[in-house]
Amino acid sequence: MVQQGTKLIHKYLRHDKKFPHVWCPGCGNGIVLGALIRAIDKLGLQKDDVVLVSGIGCSGRMPVYVDFNTLHTTHGRALTFATGIKLVRPHLNVIVVMGDGDATAIGGNHFIHAARRNLDLTAIIVNNQIYGMTGGQHSPTTPYGCKATTAVYGHIEHAFSISELAVTAGASFVARSSVYHAQLLDSILEKAILKKGFSVVEVISNCHVQFGRRNQMGDPVTMMKWLRDNAVRVEKAKSMEPQELEGKFTIGILADVEKPVYTEEYEKIREGAKR
Amino acid sequence: MSRKKSNNRYFLQGNEAVVEGALMAGCRFFAGYPITPASEISEILSERMPQVGGTFIQMEDEIASIGAVIGASLAGAKSMTATSGPGFSLMQENLGFACIAEVPCVIVNVMRGGPSTGLPTNPAQGDVMQARWGTHGDHPIIVLAASTVQDSYELTIQAFNFAEKYRTPVILLSDEVVAHTRETVELPPPDQIHIIDRIAPSMPPEWYIPYEDNSRGVPPMAAFGDGYRYHVTGLVHDVRGFPTQRPDEIDAFMRRLFRKITQGFNEIQITKEFFLDDAKVAVVAYGSVARSARRAVLDARKKGVKAGLLQLVTLFPFPRLKMEEVLRQCRGVLVPELNMGQISREVHRVNQGKCQVRKLNRLDGGLITPEQILIEILKM
Repeated sequence: MVQQGTKLIHKYLRHDKKFPHVWCPGCGNGIVLGALIRAIDKLGLQKDDVVLVSGIGCSGRMPVYVDFNTLHTTHGRALTFATGIKLVRPHLNVIVVMGDGDATAIGGNHFIHAARRNLDLTAIIVNNQIYGMTGGQHSPTTPYGCKATTAVYGHIEHAFSISELAVTAGASFVARSSVYHAQLLDSILEKAILKKGFSVVEVISNCHVQFGRRNQMGDPVTMMKWLRDNAVRVEKAKSMEPQELEGKFTIGILADVEKPVYTEEYEKIREGAKR
Repeated sequence: MSRKKSNNRYFLQGNEAVVEGALMAGCRFFAGYPITPASEISEILSERMPQVGGTFIQMEDEIASIGAVIGASLAGAKSMTATSGPGFSLMQENLGFACIAEVPCVIVNVMRGGPSTGLPTNPAQGDVMQARWGTHGDHPIIVLAASTVQDSYELTIQAFNFAEKYRTPVILLSDEVVAHTRETVELPPPDQIHIIDRIAPSMPPEWYIPYEDNSRGVPPMAAFGDGYRYHVTGLVHDVRGFPTQRPDEIDAFMRRLFRKITQGFNEIQITKEFFLDDAKVAVVAYGSVARSARRAVLDARKKGVKAGLLQLVTLFPFPRLKMEEVLRQCRGVLVPELNMGQISREVHRVNQGKCQVRKLNRLDGGLITPEQILIEILKM
C-alpha cells in the first residue's frame, strides 16, 4: 500500500530537475503535496489541464516539484494570478497553494474577495500557525499566548479561524483537515477540486522547527499527537459546548453550497453583449 | 465606438483612444481598480470586452489587478491594466514579477499630481522615474509617453507590440490633460496596422526549454494549457525556469534580460521632431507638455528664433543617440516638465557639457503654457 502510494506520487514529480526539496525533515508540506497528487490522480485530471499556483513561503515552493503548469507568484498574490489564468482558460483546473501568512495576512484582501467572487478555484491553505521560512515570526493564525521570534513574551493577538472566515466571505466549499488526518485530507481535496465554485481547504500543519520548538512541541511526533488530540469532527462539535471546544479545531466539511460560478456568469454576459 | 465624424475620423478622449488602441492590438483581458483620471478606460472596457469575447474584471485593488493581468498573459491573452499614481505605486512589486518572469503586459498610468493622493485630478509628470525604477531590483523596462489622443491610440498598439515582441511589461504614461482632452483622431484601417504577437514554441513540449537564450534574447512563450508544462517563478531561474543560486546561471539570465532590450534600441527609442532640422534652440518635451512646446516653437520662429522640438515618445530606454545629435547641433536645450526635472536629469547626463541645458518646471497642477516655454526659449 505504502509502496503503491509512493509509486503513484513519482508519476507526478519532476525527479530529474528539482530535488532535494527545501523542506525540513518531518515537515507537513510533503503530506499535503502527496494528498493533492493522490486527489488529482484519482480524479483522472490530465497534467496539461492542471495549473498549480503558489505564493511565497515554505508552501510556495510546492509547485516547483510537480509536473503540472506551475506558477510561483509574489507573496500573498497567488489568488490574483490564478484569477487571470482561470478567466482566460476556464477549462483548466487551477489549484492555489498558500500558507497562513500568505493567504490571510498579506493576501487577506485577495482571499476574502476571491471567496466572494466565486471563481472556480481550489485554494489550499497550509496553516502551520507561523512564518516558517523567514524564521518563526507570528502569523495571523498563531494562537494567543504562543511564542514566536517576534512574540518572545507570548503572543497577545488573537488568531483568525481561516475556514470560518472563508465561509463568511462566501466560499462555495470550505473544509478543514490536518496533516495527521491524511485520509480525510485526500477525500476533502477530491471534493474541493470537483466543486464548481471557490473552494477552500485549510490544512493544519506542523512546523516543529519554527513553531513547535518555541512552544514545547519541538519534534514532528509531538506535533502530530497535538493535531490528533485537538481535532474535533465538525459533526461532533455541533453537540459540544463552546468551552469544550476551546483550543481545539474542527475538521471536516464546513460549507458546501451551490452558487452561480463567475466564469459561467461572465459567459452569459458575453453572449448577451455580442447580440 | 461613438462620435464618428467621417470614414476613419473620430472625436475621442485620450482614455477612449487607449481602449480602441488596446482592442485593435488584440488585448482580450483587462483587470483594473477605479481611480481618477483613469477610470474611463475600465468603464468602457467593461462594456467592450465581452462584445469581442474578451474579459473585463474589476479587482479588489491595483495589486490584484496587475496580478490578474500577469496570470491572464501566462494563459495566453494579451492583457492590460490602467491606473493613476497611487495605484501605480501598488503595482510596483508585481511589475517586477512581469520583468523577471518575462510576461508581456501593458500598464497605462494616467499621471496626476502627487505624491500620495496628491492632486486628483490635475495633470503632472511626477511618475517618470517611478516608471523607470519603481520596482525593486535592477531591471530594464520600456516606458512610452502619449501627448495627444492620436498618440494614445497609436502608442497603446505600440506598447502591446513591444510587450509581445520583447516579453516585457511596457508602461504607457498618459496624464490628465491627454486622458480627458477630446480631439479628432484618424484611426487607420485595420489592414494598415502592424500587430505583433508573442512567438509560441515551435518545438515539441519535451524539447521546450522555456528560458533558453537565442539571438533575440527573447525565448518563445508557451501558454498554460498548451501542453508545455513548465515552471514560472519570481525567483531568479535557470533556462528551465527553476530557481537557481549558481552565479554563472544568474549572470547569464540577468544579462539576457538587459540584452534583449538593448538589442532593440533602434526600434524602441521613438522620438518625433518638429522644426528640428535647422534649430539652434531645442525644446525637449513629452506628454501633454509637448503640446504646449509645439505652439511655443511656432511662436519663437515667428520672432526669428530658430527653435525646434524633440518630442520624446519613448522615455526609457532613454533615446540617447537622438538626444546627443540635438545637443551637438543646438546652443541651448530647454526641458519643460510637470515635475522638478526628472527627464532633464537624463538630458544633463547625456549632455556632458555639449550645450546649455535649462529646466522649466511647473508643480501647481496647471499645464505649462506655450507662453512660459516661449519666454524661456527667448532667454537662450
